[in-house]
Amino acid sequence: MPEKRVIRVLIAKPGLDGHDKGAKIVAKSLKDAGMEVIYTGIRQTADAIVRTAIQESVDAIGLSILSGTHLSICEELMDKMEKEKLQDTLVLVGGIIPKKDVSRLKKMGIAEVFRPGSTLSEISQFIQGHVSR
Amino acid sequence: MAADESTKKSGKRGKGSEDVTGLKTTNTGIKVKLFYDSADVPGFKYDTSLGNPGNYPYTRGIYPSMYRGRLWTMRQYAGFSTSENTNSRFKFLLDQGQTGLSLALDLPTQLGLDSDDPLAKDDVGKLGVAIDSLKDMEEMFEGIPLDKISTSFTINSTASIILAMYVVTAEKQGGNPRELRGTIQNDIIKEYIARGTYIFPPGPSIRLIGDTIEYCIKDVPNFNSVSVSGTHICECGATPVQGVAYPFLTAIAYIQEVLRRGYGIDEIAPLLSFHLIAGGVQFNFFQDIAKLRAARRLWAKILKEKFSSQSGKSMQLKFSTGGMGGGMTEQQPLNNITRISFYALAAALAGSQSMNLPCFDEAYAIPTDEAIRTSLRIQQIMAYEIGIPDVVDPLGGSYYIEALTDFFEKEIASEMERIEGMGGILRCVEDGTIQKQLSNQAYEVQKKFETGELTKVGVNRFRIDEEDRELEVFEVDPKTLSRQITRLGQVKAERDHARVTNALNILKRAAIEKRNLMPSILDAVRAYATVGEMVNTLKEVYGEAQHLSVF
Repeated sequence: MPEKRVIRVLIAKPGLDGHDKGAKIVAKSLKDAGMEVIYTGIRQTADAIVRTAIQESVDAIGLSILSGTHLSICEELMDKMEKEKLQDTLVLVGGIIPKKDVSRLKKMGIAEVFRPGSTLSEISQFIQGHVSR
Repeated sequence: MAADESTKKSGKRGKGSEDVTGLKTTNTGIKVKLFYDSADVPGFKYDTSLGNPGNYPYTRGIYPSMYRGRLWTMRQYAGFSTSENTNSRFKFLLDQGQTGLSLALDLPTQLGLDSDDPLAKDDVGKLGVAIDSLKDMEEMFEGIPLDKISTSFTINSTASIILAMYVVTAEKQGGNPRELRGTIQNDIIKEYIARGTYIFPPGPSIRLIGDTIEYCIKDVPNFNSVSVSGTHICECGATPVQGVAYPFLTAIAYIQEVLRRGYGIDEIAPLLSFHLIAGGVQFNFFQDIAKLRAARRLWAKILKEKFSSQSGKSMQLKFSTGGMGGGMTEQQPLNNITRISFYALAAALAGSQSMNLPCFDEAYAIPTDEAIRTSLRIQQIMAYEIGIPDVVDPLGGSYYIEALTDFFEKEIASEMERIEGMGGILRCVEDGTIQKQLSNQAYEVQKKFETGELTKVGVNRFRIDEEDRELEVFEVDPKTLSRQITRLGQVKAERDHARVTNALNILKRAAIEKRNLMPSILDAVRAYATVGEMVNTLKEVYGEAQHLSVF
């Protein structure tokens, strides 16, 4: 029986906002769920996130955005992902995201949006269920 | 807190075999007894443990008449998009009876990026007002006499520049800088720990804070030149004890920076104020009150015993309470009004000097007018309707509160010792020790909410189906970016270029020679140099801080 490959996740904090408690908590819980997790640190550009995703050949990217800049950041990031042919990499967004923006984010190709009140197990189960191994 | 034999043996039982009369672990992890009596406050002596309000060790409050003499300052955080928008919001708040202004600045301003910087494009005017040059500051306070109000700025890395702009604006209005009242946050250490708006490495950053304190001592004596914050680190996972211990250690680091320059403790300490938490994720009503009383007593002792302060003004711990958005929930948002009321009551019973309460829509939006007004009304109901200000420290003398106060004083002091034993606060921040500890703690607390060990009403208990409700969400004007860039272009076109270049050169030389930067920042501000130009000039000398990616 082939052994299951370990899922690799990049937790990224794009934009200028430096509140990264949520990003770190999610990173820790995914690690506890058996995944390999890389955290970018704060103030990352879309270019830097895509570059790290390629270098680390991750299966999923989790963006933490609290500052209301999710639409423009995600649009830019998803464009760059497409140019780099990373469409198979799962992209998730967590943070302060109004309900009405969820469908717009999903249209851009964001796989799931985890709004305030989401649980850590919801996030790890979603990744485990959607990364093809 | 210590177990006591007398409560262990009574043996009343609740459901199952749980002993409901023994020690109970509270939501903060602190264990409490069923009730408290005189045996729980063995060393209690009125004069040395409390003293009258306004007397050492200031446990009951720093002023003799407290809220009868002067109510806490009611401030709600405001400021968004452009200076004109913020100007009308300020006028609205002053009309509503608010007594001080609390200004939010956008992230590019906090990070020293002008609005036309490519890195700033997503954030201009988003979480606060954009300030590029003196022009923006002048327009923001148009028609608001600065010597008649008190303004609090949430600004850290670029605090020296924002303070200079505020002073120059007041001068241009015909006001006297010596009369200016307000606060700049100007606390860089908690930025490395929790909030992330640092620019330069710690060494020059702390020197710059020393420069602003020194400048305020000499020229703007009624301005709080630093507001050392425990709030942000609590929101980031610090325990209530650490939420006082770390700001105290931080304040001591700033004090030592200025003592080195030859100033006396009683010139420095009165300019410091604190921003501490009553509320938030780890809120416990009685513990938060006791913790703040303990903080007041401990700070007075530190100043008197370690720094040989001779002045009450130095020993009086001035603090505002605020922030606490981390305690707000997106689910059933009206419950947040209830939470905010309890936070506010705790702050008032603890003798806070100023409150900026969170708003009930804070978990999902920049607060709307209605939400801001509601938080202001909570303060006004306490102040004018239900008798809260009438008696100072009304819980003083309660066995429980005094036992908790003793407990917190000891715990805060021992946490301070622990960090000093590990090389001090700066070392523990530079190597990421504190950041890692806080994220571990935050993760543990989050897990407790997920398993139901801790309760969050409306989130992990007492949920309702809310899918159909539409929430009012404040939207930032999408034209903000282009308007701000246009205005910046105009300023740059109209100013005297040679004067700007010269001012920036002088600033650079002062930085290289490690002189106080305030005089050259003031001159650069008067020449309409931008925040970005000044910060870039300093980056050439200081370099930039590294981002840690530990978790």
